[in-house]
Amino acid sequence: MNFKSTNNYVATEDLLIAVNGAVALEKPLLVKGEPGTGKTVLAHEIASSLGRPLIEWHIKSTTKAQQGLYEYDAVSRLRDSQLGHEEVNNIANYIKKGKLWDAFSSDELPILLIDEIDKADIEFPNDLLLELDRMEFYVYETGETIRAKQRPIVIITSNNEKELPDAFLRRCFFHYISFPEPEVMEQIIDVHYPEIKKKLVREALISFYDIREVPGLKKKPTTSELLDWIKLLVSEDIDPEALKIKEGKNIIPPLYGALLKNEQDVHLFEKLAFLNRKEQS
Amino acid sequence: MFNNFFYNLREANIPVTLLEYLALLKAVKLGLSEYKVNSFYYLARACLVKDERNLDKFDIVFAKSFNGIENNLDYEESTFDIPLEWFSSVAETVMTAEEMEEVKKRGGFEKLIKELQKRLNDQEKRHEGGSKWLGTAGTSPFGAGGFNPEGIRIGQNKSRHRRAVKVWDKRKYRDLDGGIEIGTRNMKLALRRLRNFARQGTPTELNLKQTIFNTARNGGLLDIEMQPERRNTIKVLILFDIGGSMDYHIKACEELFSAAKNEFKHLEYYYFHNCVYERLWRDNNRRHLNSSQTWDVIHSYGSDYKLIFVGDATMSPYEISYPGGSVEHWNDEPGKVWLKRFLDTYQNSIWLNPVPNDYWDTTPTIREVRRIMGGRMFPLTIEGLDDGMRELKN
Repeated sequence: MNFKSTNNYVATEDLLIAVNGAVALEKPLLVKGEPGTGKTVLAHEIASSLGRPLIEWHIKSTTKAQQGLYEYDAVSRLRDSQLGHEEVNNIANYIKKGKLWDAFSSDELPILLIDEIDKADIEFPNDLLLELDRMEFYVYETGETIRAKQRPIVIITSNNEKELPDAFLRRCFFHYISFPEPEVMEQIIDVHYPEIKKKLVREALISFYDIREVPGLKKKPTTSELLDWIKLLVSEDIDPEALKIKEGKNIIPPLYGALLKNEQDVHLFEKLAFLNRKEQS
Repeated sequence: MFNNFFYNLREANIPVTLLEYLALLKAVKLGLSEYKVNSFYYLARACLVKDERNLDKFDIVFAKSFNGIENNLDYEESTFDIPLEWFSSVAETVMTAEEMEEVKKRGGFEKLIKELQKRLNDQEKRHEGGSKWLGTAGTSPFGAGGFNPEGIRIGQNKSRHRRAVKVWDKRKYRDLDGGIEIGTRNMKLALRRLRNFARQGTPTELNLKQTIFNTARNGGLLDIEMQPERRNTIKVLILFDIGGSMDYHIKACEELFSAAKNEFKHLEYYYFHNCVYERLWRDNNRRHLNSSQTWDVIHSYGSDYKLIFVGDATMSPYEISYPGGSVEHWNDEPGKVWLKRFLDTYQNSIWLNPVPNDYWDTTPTIREVRRIMGGRMFPLTIEGLDDGMRELKN
């Protein structure tokens, strides 16, 4: 069982080793990186590459660790008891399975994605330590212990909004997806748009990396934004020549809305373009 | 060889534990490294480093352990190209009171800079002692280790008198580490004074009293009343002084930061150096690229935020009172104007000073900052924190 680059995902060597290491040692893999570098997509690709089912658990600020295991809906049981429903007698009817339970009880070895773990409360990762370590938990209401049939492959992503506790980190494999080098980026584009003209890609990449270099941008464009932009360029049939920065011409690339996501950045760019024109004339 | 590597990592302050090390050995045993150096490097990195901030340190240690190359662990290169050995401190002169008197006050601030430029150009050799050339342990206004209260410090890692006007060394700034838990408990307890609970947001828990009341009114038929969780709604903005003389207090500040981070849900923090000016920053390593306009900060966080300055307020008097007094850049407006702006916006503000309060009166700038703060300066001790929180609460 080995994870490789797929038809639509370019994995660098260090990423491959981190993933395969985590799978072999049965440890959760923690993935960090700039937004838009493909952290969440990675889990999808591992699932499709290994041919395994993917169970996604998206974390929000209100998510509690317990919700991943199970929830006991006492309130609706209380209400049902008033109305005299039959199912009230069996407490199991009011236990709702969480994502972790789903993953543990899956017949096939699943991939469990815990997405954006840093969104949750600061205690969240600690509350999951034992469950992820032993891959079992105890349901107090029914007195049963849920044990994983097979240890699921756990992928955890984080955007670094909160520090994760050391005890949690110690149990994980870690990979930081750095921003792709231009060569890797070319491969990534090739994987997504195999039909595209090489010349357009080259010009687009040049202006893309130029934009990333502009100091003071509030939000730097990322891989996923580049892909969107190229898609737009292709569908609008933009001439590669138009992307070239020529003397006296606008330095704002066409369809910049796909790359720059807030008005300050657009203003900054317009200002630069203005200065540029002034210099030329 | 591997054991060595492990200890080297620990020495470089990368928090690796035995468990992680054993995991790496197991992975190697399973053949995951394919017996290639590159693969081993990636594998070791994934096993042992859990924070991207440590990646750089890891690379250095890895190279040191496996290339056999003695790398300098001092990975922050000095950009200033004066040969440092000129100034490395060798001797320390013990001076008499008369001598001190003699060297006191050698012209103003600007004169010092110009003079330095001139002497730098004139001088070609390492120099020690004496009263004109640059070097160590002398009485010239330039160089380190000597005594001239208006002197400019060059090429010395620790300041001896902590009073130089300009520090020309490439200083090592460190980001404050929020991960330190030991010793923060007392601080958390003190910070706990600053609490203001309120129920806001989505109703997620059962309001038992109201439910019973409603049900009774409903003639026994259940009527459930939910309510939002109780949360601390205090908002805190902390501004940390960092670098320079604050290096002596880094531990206390780390502990405070770690405690505050855990205690307050709405915590915003920025760094400044010596005094607040037109820019603040969040990430000390990238401060020159990514800094925020102070105006933006003041406008972003409303006046309901409680403002805490953390700093030793020990600096050159010019930094508070004159334009252009900052040690790092040209500031159009003096520090006191910026301090005033903060105080005008945030009614509730205090200054926490890691310097023990016995020494406050001996440093003119501490006196000055304290005056500007309207006396709301507290020592960074548990009691001081306690008093400070009480002040903020009002």
